[in-house]
This record gives sequence, C-alpha cells and structure tokens, in this order.
Amino acid sequence: MNSPDTQTMTTPPPRTLFDKLWDAHVVSPESDAAPAVLYIDLHLIHEVTSPQAFTELKSRGLKPRRPDRTKATMDHSTPTLPAGADGRLPYYTAAAETQVQTLARNCAEHGIELFDMGSDQRGIVHVIAPELGFTQPGMTIVCGDSHTSTHGAFGALAFGIGTSEVGHVLATQCLLQRKPKSMAITVEGELAPGVGAKDVILHIIGVIGVNGGTGHVIEYRGSTIRAMDMEQRMTLCNMSIEAGARAGMVAPDEVTFAWLAQAPRAPKGADFEQSKRDWASLRSDEGARHDVEVRIDAADIRPTLTWGTHPGTAIAIDAPIPAANDAAARKALDYMAFEAGHALAGTPVDVVFVGSCTNGRLSDMREVASVLRGRSIDPRVRMLVVPGSEQVKRQAEAEGIDAIVRAAGAEWREPGCSMCIAMNGDLVAPGQLAVSTSNRNFEGRQGPGSRTLLASPLTAAWAAVNGRVSDPRELFAARKEVA
Amino acid sequence: MSGFRELRSQSVVLRQTNIDTDQIIPARFLSTTERAGLGRNAFNDWRWQADGTPNPEFPFNQPENAGRAVLLAGRNFGCGSSREHAPWALTDLGLRAIVSSEIADIFRNNSLKNGLLPVVLAEDDVQALMERPDDELVIDVAARELRTPDGRVYPFPLDAFAQTCLLEGVDEMGYLLARQADIEHYEETRHAR
Ligand code: SF4
Repeated sequence: MNSPDTQTMTTPPPRTLFDKLWDAHVVSPESDAAPAVLYIDLHLIHEVTSPQAFTELKSRGLKPRRPDRTKATMDHSTPTLPAGADGRLPYYTAAAETQVQTLARNCAEHGIELFDMGSDQRGIVHVIAPELGFTQPGMTIVCGDSHTSTHGAFGALAFGIGTSEVGHVLATQCLLQRKPKSMAITVEGELAPGVGAKDVILHIIGVIGVNGGTGHVIEYRGSTIRAMDMEQRMTLCNMSIEAGARAGMVAPDEVTFAWLAQAPRAPKGADFEQSKRDWASLRSDEGARHDVEVRIDAADIRPTLTWGTHPGTAIAIDAPIPAANDAAARKALDYMAFEAGHALAGTPVDVVFVGSCTNGRLSDMREVASVLRGRSIDPRVRMLVVPGSEQVKRQAEAEGIDAIVRAAGAEWREPGCSMCIAMNGDLVAPGQLAVSTSNRNFEGRQGPGSRTLLASPLTAAWAAVNGRVSDPRELFAARKEVA
Repeated sequence: MSGFRELRSQSVVLRQTNIDTDQIIPARFLSTTERAGLGRNAFNDWRWQADGTPNPEFPFNQPENAGRAVLLAGRNFGCGSSREHAPWALTDLGLRAIVSSEIADIFRNNSLKNGLLPVVLAEDDVQALMERPDDELVIDVAARELRTPDGRVYPFPLDAFAQTCLLEGVDEMGYLLARQADIEHYEETRHAR
C-alpha cells in the first residue's frame, strides 16, 4: 500500500553515523537473549594479542574464514635499533623474538598478508592501515588492541577486542556485540597557535574524565574537527579509549577522500568514484539524537599535559596541579613526586619520547623538526624520535628530518611502538620523568617506576630543548617577533 | 568453559580507583605466546619489590587472603588496554569475580570469556563490602545477586546471554560457528548490493 499515511509512517527515523555503520553490519540483530552478530570488514592483527587466538583455532581444527580481510604487522616487541654487524635484529628478549616469529609462521600458514620485519611498509598497526588505505569509511575494523579507535577518523566503526574475540573474528569474520550508546562531542572555534589535536583530546578527556565515555561510541564534530587534517583526526580518535569509550569517529569528508585518493590499497579509478559516492552518505542525519552531547570551546584549549597516572589527569600547562581530594589522587601525586598547587611548566625533564600510534606520523615528525631545526636539546635530556612506520621514516628522511633530529642531539630510531609500551627494551629508568607523545601515563607504562607526562609533539620537543616542561606558545610568540 | 553457578568466598580489597591493565599485568610480561602462568605477574609492580621479594603491604601477599576468589576494587577497574592477559593473570591468581562500581568495557568482555565474573554494584555498596572482607560472600549467577552472611542482598546487572554462557558453559565461538549460514547470506547479499 502506498497511501500518504503509510509513507509518513515508514519514513525512517534520522540516524547517527554510528547507527548507520552499525545497521550496515548486523548479520543477525540483537535480542534480550543474545547480542547481535556483527560482521567485520577488516581485521588487523599483531604479534602480542594474536598467538593464543591461532592456538585456539588450531585446537578446534579451524582455519581463518577470510584471510583476505585480515592484515598483519609487527610493532610492539620489535627492536627500534637496526640489525647489528652479525645481521641479527637486537630483540630485547628471546620471548619477544619468538612472538614475532610465531606471527610470521601463523600468517604464512594461513595465507594472511603480513608486513614483516624488512618490509618497507611495516609499522605500528594503527599507522600503516590508514597509510596503505586498508582503513576506509563505512567499514567495521577490529584489532586486538585498544587504540583501534584510531581508524574511526575515517568514518569507520573501529574498536579494540580481546584475544578470544580475535579468535572469533579469525574463525567467523564476526563478533557478538551489544550496541553501545552514542555520544557527540562538538568542538567549535579556532585553535590557538601551538595548540593541536593532542591538546584537544587531552582537554576532552580532562573534561569528561577517564571513564566519561564508558559504554559509548563518540562522534567528534564541529568546526574545529572539520578543520583538522587526517593525521590530527587520527590523534583525536586514537585516544577515545582513554576516556573509556568503545570507539571514536569523524564523519568522512573531502579531507578524508583526498587522503584515500593517494593511499595505495584504497579503491582506484571508477571504484574510487563509486566508493566516494557511498562514503558521502556517512554522516549523522539532521535531527539524529545522541545519548549524550558534550560541547567544547576551542578557545578554552591551551597546551595540555597530564600530571598524574591516568590520562584523565589532563591540565593546561600553566594551570596548577589540583589538590588531592581522594586516596587515588594522593597516590598519583606521590608516585609522580609532584605537589598540588604547582604548574607543570618548569618541571625538569629526563626523557622525551616522540612516537606511537597517537603521534608517530609524518606531520608529528615535521612539528618536532620545526622546533629542533637549528637548536640542540638540553644535554641532560635523552630524546627518542620513533617514526610510526617505515613509510613515515622514509618520507621524513627524504625531508632531512632525521638529520635535524640527530644534529639536535636526539636519537632517530626504527619504526615501532617503542617507549609507548616499553616492551622492546626502550625504557624510561625508574624515577625518571618523561614527556611523551604517546597515550598512556599509567604507573610503570614506560618501564618500572617511570613517570610520564602526556603531551603534544610540539610540547615534547620544546621540553627537550629547554630541559624542562615549557609552553610551546613561546615558539609562536618568538616567531612573530622575528617576522 | 565449564559452568559457573555460584561462588562463595571471602574477598581481597584493593581500594585504588582506575586500576588499569598495565597495573594488572605490566606490558613487559606480554611477550608470551601462551595464556597460562601469568598469575605470578598479576599486579607485578605492586606485589614484588625491586629485589624480587614480596611486598608485605600488598593484600595478595598477606596469608589471610590466600585462596580468596573475590576482588573488591575501586571504581573503573580494568581501564586501559584490550589485553586479555589481564583476566588470564587474574584467574591464574585464583580470582573468579571482580566487584567494583564500574568496570571498563573491554576488560569486562574479556573477563566473561574467561569465567571471571564482573559484578557492578553501587559505589556505597562496594565501600560497605570493603569494610568486611572476611565475610563469606555468595555470588549467585542464576539470581544475579550477591549476598552477605547478615542477609543483605545486592542485585547486579548481568547480560542475559552472558548469564546463559556462564550457567551452561556455552562457548561464544561455538555459538558464532553455528551461525555460518547467516554469515554466508550476509556476505552474498551484501556483495550483490
Ligand atoms: S604505539 Fe602504543 S598504544 Fe599504539 S599500538 Fe603501539 S603500544 Fe599500543
């Protein structure tokens, strides 16, 4: 029947971007009795969280259902120093080397494409998949890694899973999921010079809290987000998990399409044009409701760092460390050896780490080079600059960034997770204070007893030069004077 | 996985809020290709001193806590990474249930797949239980409630599917494999779109 009445009744309700992504991947819907079966378009795996999943498959006599939808890389346990004179890579432990070899064996056995040691496209999983164009709008993407939220920057539904679930996806290309709630975070206005995407996300986590996003998928929107390039959007979405969110996403637009147009494994030619038309519908409809809405004014965001032992302890660089009003805050202050009431600016720094899936991309390398060019780091500081992938490394070297980093007295390393998780022997020593562009400042994250301040690449590089936490806005004030 | 109907145990208390997965099992112990044996490194940096001896202050090193299967923890337990090594380490340590006023998403998911029950109660209730760790708690999966010896009953939320899986030992992989036909249908019709 086609009366006007029934047409009104069947007008679909407005949907959020997340609703659209979810609906398109439901194999069987959820009920009170059972979660939805959700189809996964792209499954990324790495050496740390996959071996037990392959063992599980084997014990059940199963094979991966869609090896073509599975891509593998090695990043966490891999050394960031080149092979020695004997040609051997300096693995931190025999177990680390075994883990890497296990992944290579599993991939070879099942026909899974692997970006192996020696591949010029290897790197941190969340850096290479977007770089190569595997990450595309409208996809569901999972990885046994919480920072899978990074890929949401392309308008994909991307989230981290555990190893049991890695096994589920390998065996069935599906996951059992209940639909999370949705949250919109709208950021409006222009960011001040010296303030970047990392400051935005640290500020947001400081506002909504380390568990503020629990049970939700976040859609970032507003003029500030639209003005960001893809690398900035990835930095933003990357840390959604640090607010407890299941995923973070940005609706795709021309910026997204321009990135994909040059990505080697994205659709090409007529396929690309068709995909682009499909992708253009991936946005929240007018009037679509989110369960929670948060508004942030870009003008309120200053260079932001963390003072404590979780990312929710983010404060502006010139703001006082808050007074401890509970046992957890007292413990954090004690661990960090900080005093409430003092600002972070001026704090002496031992180590500076630039890298990770949050800030290990080419634009981050360029920002660091812009600070280090013609300067030296403080001789008391150890600084590691670790590109997020072989491709980032190659491009940065083509621009002479490695030479600038070395000339400043910092170390230029091979790609990998490195000091972000400190599994490969790149460690901050006990008690040392590190300014890091990574995403976690948990106790011991960068090595037992390590103390971490999370910050942007600009803030990190400027701290290395000055030997103490310093406001990167100084760089821009000075530049204006010179000009 | 075998069934999980009821748990009776005294509890161990960690009041700390936001206990993250790096605390539960530090990353340097993730260079393994096995899932067994991670219990020794559970809470490693709190549990062992620099010289490798046990930290006597840490609850899991105190003799009266030996064999306790319930952990009462501060708000937002299990935040951080998706590493399933966290619940593997905790079950290897002998734990079967985590009680907190908030438990991080991925950790909760991972726990349920490993017979580790996440029990979320109101913050005041968790605080009250923390005052009496020597009480034998009864955690009843079928009734979705936690009971204390003095007769208080605390209902807790538990997804119906997760409950069935626990009670009947249903395994999610098997459940998904049984949906092969639906999955094939999805792949075919989607391709033809
Ligand atoms: S860089 Fe850090 S956060 Fe990112 S995948 Fe590697 S270890 Fe995880």
